[in-house]
Amino acid sequence: MDPAARSGETVVEEPRLSGAEAAGVDVKFERVSKRFGDSVAVDGVDLEIMSGEFFSLLGPSGSGKTTCLRMIAGFERPSEGRIVLHGRDVSGLPPYDRDVNTVFQDYALFPHMTVAENVDYGLKVKKVAKGERSQRVADSLAMVQLEPFEGRKPAALSGGQRQRVALARALVNRPRVLLLDEPLGALDLKLRQEMQVELKAIQQEVGITFIYVTHDQEEALTMSDRLAVMSKGKIEQVGSPAEVYESPASAFVADFVGISNLIDAATAARLSGTSAAFTLRPEKIRMVEHSAAPGPEEVAADGRVEQVVYLGSVTRYHVDLDGGGRLIVTAQNLSQSSTEALEVQGKEVRLLWSRDNQREVSA
Amino acid sequence: MSSAAVPGQRSVFRRLSAWLFAKRRTKLGFLLGPPMLWMAIVYLGALAVLFLTAFWRQDPLTAEVTRQWGIQNFKTLADGEVYRTIALRTAGIAAATTIICVILAIPISYYAARIAKPRTRTILLLAVVLPLWSSYLVRLYSWRVILSGNGFLNWSLEKLGFGSLSISYSNWSILIVFVYLWLPYVVLPVYAAFERIPDSLFEASADLGSKWPKTFRRVVLPMALPGIVAGSIFSFSLTLGDYIVPQLVGNTQFIGNVIYQSVGVANNVPFAAAYATVPVAVMALYLLGARKMGAFEAL
Repeated sequence: MDPAARSGETVVEEPRLSGAEAAGVDVKFERVSKRFGDSVAVDGVDLEIMSGEFFSLLGPSGSGKTTCLRMIAGFERPSEGRIVLHGRDVSGLPPYDRDVNTVFQDYALFPHMTVAENVDYGLKVKKVAKGERSQRVADSLAMVQLEPFEGRKPAALSGGQRQRVALARALVNRPRVLLLDEPLGALDLKLRQEMQVELKAIQQEVGITFIYVTHDQEEALTMSDRLAVMSKGKIEQVGSPAEVYESPASAFVADFVGISNLIDAATAARLSGTSAAFTLRPEKIRMVEHSAAPGPEEVAADGRVEQVVYLGSVTRYHVDLDGGGRLIVTAQNLSQSSTEALEVQGKEVRLLWSRDNQREVSA
Repeated sequence: MSSAAVPGQRSVFRRLSAWLFAKRRTKLGFLLGPPMLWMAIVYLGALAVLFLTAFWRQDPLTAEVTRQWGIQNFKTLADGEVYRTIALRTAGIAAATTIICVILAIPISYYAARIAKPRTRTILLLAVVLPLWSSYLVRLYSWRVILSGNGFLNWSLEKLGFGSLSISYSNWSILIVFVYLWLPYVVLPVYAAFERIPDSLFEASADLGSKWPKTFRRVVLPMALPGIVAGSIFSFSLTLGDYIVPQLVGNTQFIGNVIYQSVGVANNVPFAAAYATVPVAVMALYLLGARKMGAFEAL
């Protein structure tokens, strides 16, 4: 985009709202709800996404995360509330009047255009000068390492390559915010992990706000600066990956992000003398001989190993507690072999964990 | 049931199906044999005989077909101004019919495929194919009535104060009736082409800054083009081969009329065969062009 057009756009962008919104906040949801007929997809969401951050919306299918993304893009209009994009209320604006671009789940590449034509599309539509266009297309293709494929049609590309084209096609427009709707969902595990690293690197290079929708908690934890965990149209928790993982705000978050043990109030009272239900991460539990004594500030529970799942780097034990209830314990396979791990099956064991690792939850 | 486990109890059908399962080529032969035979004998055979016949001649005295080889039929065609005029008229009306059908089919199909709710879509598509449920001749005769000098068309125009048109038994009425007849055959493939475009492409185009007209021109139309060309094959070829419409609602000759008269009145089958190669050749060229535009992937 040429500078004149940019500055012209800034004038149109007025009126700015409040001062707080202008500084640092790129996307803001204000009590946003979205209903489709009788069903509520998004239910009173308040959210602030900072400029330049890699923000993930994490949740199971039907949690409203994609609807949130689509409302930022302009494909859906909120039933209630406002969406503010860098200080400007965009709730009623069509997609082509918003300074955001989307990487679609199915990539949505134009099949009748070559890779270069696909990437060029947004610039051409916005009537960017020809010389600048070809330069920017070349730069974008270089960024995703697709220069050798610029003349190919999308049908002649692999899934991973198509994904890169979709990314280049969006980023070439230099949007303020890039929206990504489960972009790695169709790729196999190895490629997905490579792309996670690459996406993060690209985001840091271009410095654009990325809003990333995923149902894969590992992906969200790996890539995000901050994430919002969503369930049933509501936001359960917003925080950094460490905060969300270490201190889940609800039983849902504890369960959805990683594996977690949820200890109900009655069992909690029996085991540790506390009255509230809590969650406990499996890797925070030590499994020891039946006779081992608990340290200070440690809670002990006895049980029988019912199931052993050998996972390569770790082993997961399902332990039935003597007084009822079941805990999942994971242990690093530091020196034990798979046979050693499996031998524990059926043994009476004692589980120990530090009180500090118990996270009280409301449900 | 363990009937499969006891060899003696295996039914003939089971054994036959097991045998066929192993013999893929035989299976394919059974599947495709009858239709291929039909195609080879009835369709390609007839076409071959047609071409051969074109090089025979009619004895001028007895009017009998004699199997004497020569290109005199094609000479007659090349020399006869009237045959060239008729061929050009036929191809011209076929082209005009096709263009009008496409122009009408695009908005109808687009509305049905992308905008209408499922119920409206069903009603609309039903309305498009409904005429195909009634006899072709009945529809032609009703158009004759509509277009005649004091028919429904002129009656309506006069009531609206436009005066009357004298288009009955003209090329105009032929064109109108052809467009009417072949429109469903164009709408259906165009509809299918529009319907096949994923929603996300519309969103991607808007996301990249395109308003609707640009999206239509840059994304929708190019993607639907094979379907449009596929539909145009129908309207073009059906017009090229028709001889009843010109006979019933027009007063001019088409290729089909000349062929019909050569066979039915003059008994000059060789000449009819020679003239019939003209639409076949035109259609072959048309199909070559259509294949270039990817129409066969859209059928």
